[in-house]
Amino acid sequence: MDTNNMHPVMKWVEYRLPVFSFLDHSLGTQYPTPKNLNYWWNFGSLAGLVLVIMIASGIVLAMHYTAHVDYAFDSVERIMRDVNYGWLIRYIHMNGGSMFFIVVYIHMFRGLYFGSYQAPRELLWMIGVFILLAMMATAFMGYVLPWGQMSFWGATVITNLFSAIPLVGDSIVTLLWGGFSVDNPTLNRFFSLHYLMPFVIVGLVVVHIWALHVHGSNNPTGIDVKSEQDTIGFHPYFTTKDLFGMGLFMMFFMFFVFYAPNFFGEPDNYIPANPLVTPAHIVPEWYFLPYYAILRAFTGDFLVYQVISLGGLLMDAKLAGVLAMFASILLLLFMPWLDGAKVRSCSFRPIMAMAFWIFVLDCLVLGYIGGKPAEGNFITIGQWATFYYFAHLLVIVPLVSRLERPRQLPDSINASVLKAAE
Amino acid sequence: MSETATPEQGAEIDDQSKRDFLFISTAAVGAVGTAIAAWPFIDQMNPAADTLALSTTEVSLEPIEEGQSITVVWRGKPVFIRHRTAEEIADAVAVQANDLIDPQTDADRVQKPEWLIMVGVCTHLGCIPLGNKAGESRGDFGGWFCPCHGSHYDTSGRIRKGPAPKNLPVPEYSFLSDLKVKIG
Ligand code: HEM
Ligand code: FES
Repeated sequence: MDTNNMHPVMKWVEYRLPVFSFLDHSLGTQYPTPKNLNYWWNFGSLAGLVLVIMIASGIVLAMHYTAHVDYAFDSVERIMRDVNYGWLIRYIHMNGGSMFFIVVYIHMFRGLYFGSYQAPRELLWMIGVFILLAMMATAFMGYVLPWGQMSFWGATVITNLFSAIPLVGDSIVTLLWGGFSVDNPTLNRFFSLHYLMPFVIVGLVVVHIWALHVHGSNNPTGIDVKSEQDTIGFHPYFTTKDLFGMGLFMMFFMFFVFYAPNFFGEPDNYIPANPLVTPAHIVPEWYFLPYYAILRAFTGDFLVYQVISLGGLLMDAKLAGVLAMFASILLLLFMPWLDGAKVRSCSFRPIMAMAFWIFVLDCLVLGYIGGKPAEGNFITIGQWATFYYFAHLLVIVPLVSRLERPRQLPDSINASVLKAAE
Repeated sequence: MSETATPEQGAEIDDQSKRDFLFISTAAVGAVGTAIAAWPFIDQMNPAADTLALSTTEVSLEPIEEGQSITVVWRGKPVFIRHRTAEEIADAVAVQANDLIDPQTDADRVQKPEWLIMVGVCTHLGCIPLGNKAGESRGDFGGWFCPCHGSHYDTSGRIRKGPAPKNLPVPEYSFLSDLKVKIG
């Protein structure tokens, strides 16, 4: 960076701590960015924006919230009714959780479609999967804090998943609870961890972006940057585009905050937690529904269960369901190796593109089933959709990526842009 | 001293195995020490002394008529106490234990046949089964029914159908008198 025409104060700082050149190389004119990035590349900066909004609104909520089973529900109602703008801040935080998952899921599907997880971005992708896991833990514990019926029973069902672990399962559950059921010690530790985890996510995001900046962004063609002609400076081009995206996104976000604040929520969570009465339908927040469907697909007669447990010998259906649920996310870590194609982007892999869209549909079906009671046809559909989820990752992707002959790639990013402009 | 610690460039190290031993034993002591220091930070999450102290409950059985059940709280969990009818007892005894998902005879589960006492927490994922209050669904086997994922329990609280792997657990309890029990 040219320090000569800097303001003297900036120059003084720059000499001692080179923040300005650091920024310029990270987000500025000196960060070369593929010039063909489309709007799917906006979702990373949107995720960053939501994270900041969640931390800001969360810290303010924590100033009024009381983490005790006798007061938690009432303290949240007090935030809603008595605290100045408390309703606004809580609705921002509540809907912000859903926005976070919408944005991150789109961000991840973007990566899947354009092959962004392939070499040399494997670690970047894997850190992303860990961010998703950390977000899930954060959102789960946050949902317990208002201590409504769904808070309590969601916490009960999810912590009980660990009881499926052979031998030590029950001790682990007692350790998680700090008692013999979900109770005050549980609420307290969840509040402590809910406060901590977002900062762990910030740390992971820093590493994520560090890894991103080593090789730069992938792009819709999936081919590498070959010359300066392929790139433009991040500032002002992508700073502007990201800000424009943020403007559109905030309209979407604020529509829910102001006009449909409980759209994503469950009415049962406005009933104070009652450890002696289970609600008729326990459903997790929408962003957990696909995993919940996978968990519930494993009944004694599910064919996939019969096969992996060797006819029930190896493990019971409950453990199989829990393992499958965790596997559904952890398998994503292996995407860079499951996909053996030499070409990244599905734009040049028509069969893989089709498989991708069927996979998206399958995830939506799983989400739909996860929200329905486990009875009749819903069970069968959920089992087929679960089967397909794993078949896609473990069979279709490895085979199609290795067998499909990709279409002719453009010579360079620049050439593809010029061709598109013709 | 310093010449023995860092031998000159290219010099032979004649006490390599001693150095390896010192390195490995120091690392091992450090690792064990760290693990021991970590334990208090993990164990603090286990139930505290006051939580453990609340772990017995005394209940009078007097007001419970035949065919009625009550729910009491023990260690923050519901405990079902059912005064079973003769018919329910007969149903429970008639079942062949070997055919069950979690084989147990009715006699294994009660001290006095008319009093069935068990923790009312579904062994699948911890919901409270229905059937303890009049008018609630009691499932296909006339006992309890968990609506969360559809587990059916019989009149002895044994799992008969659905995803739950185990019978409803029987807590430790003792009769203090004919109509008084201490749970825990
Ligand atoms: C990764 C970012 C975060 C996510 C995904 C997240 C998610 C959630 C969710 C889903 C809820 C339940 C909202 C409801 O139903 O009422 C919640 C509640 C809460 N969160 Fe967060 N949160 C995040 C960051 C934070 C931070 C940094 C704090 C600061 C301490 C915080 C403090 C709270 C408090 C006090 C509540 C309870 C009040 C309420 O329920 O509205 N959160 N959070
Ligand atoms: S918790 Fe009872 S059936 Fe799942």
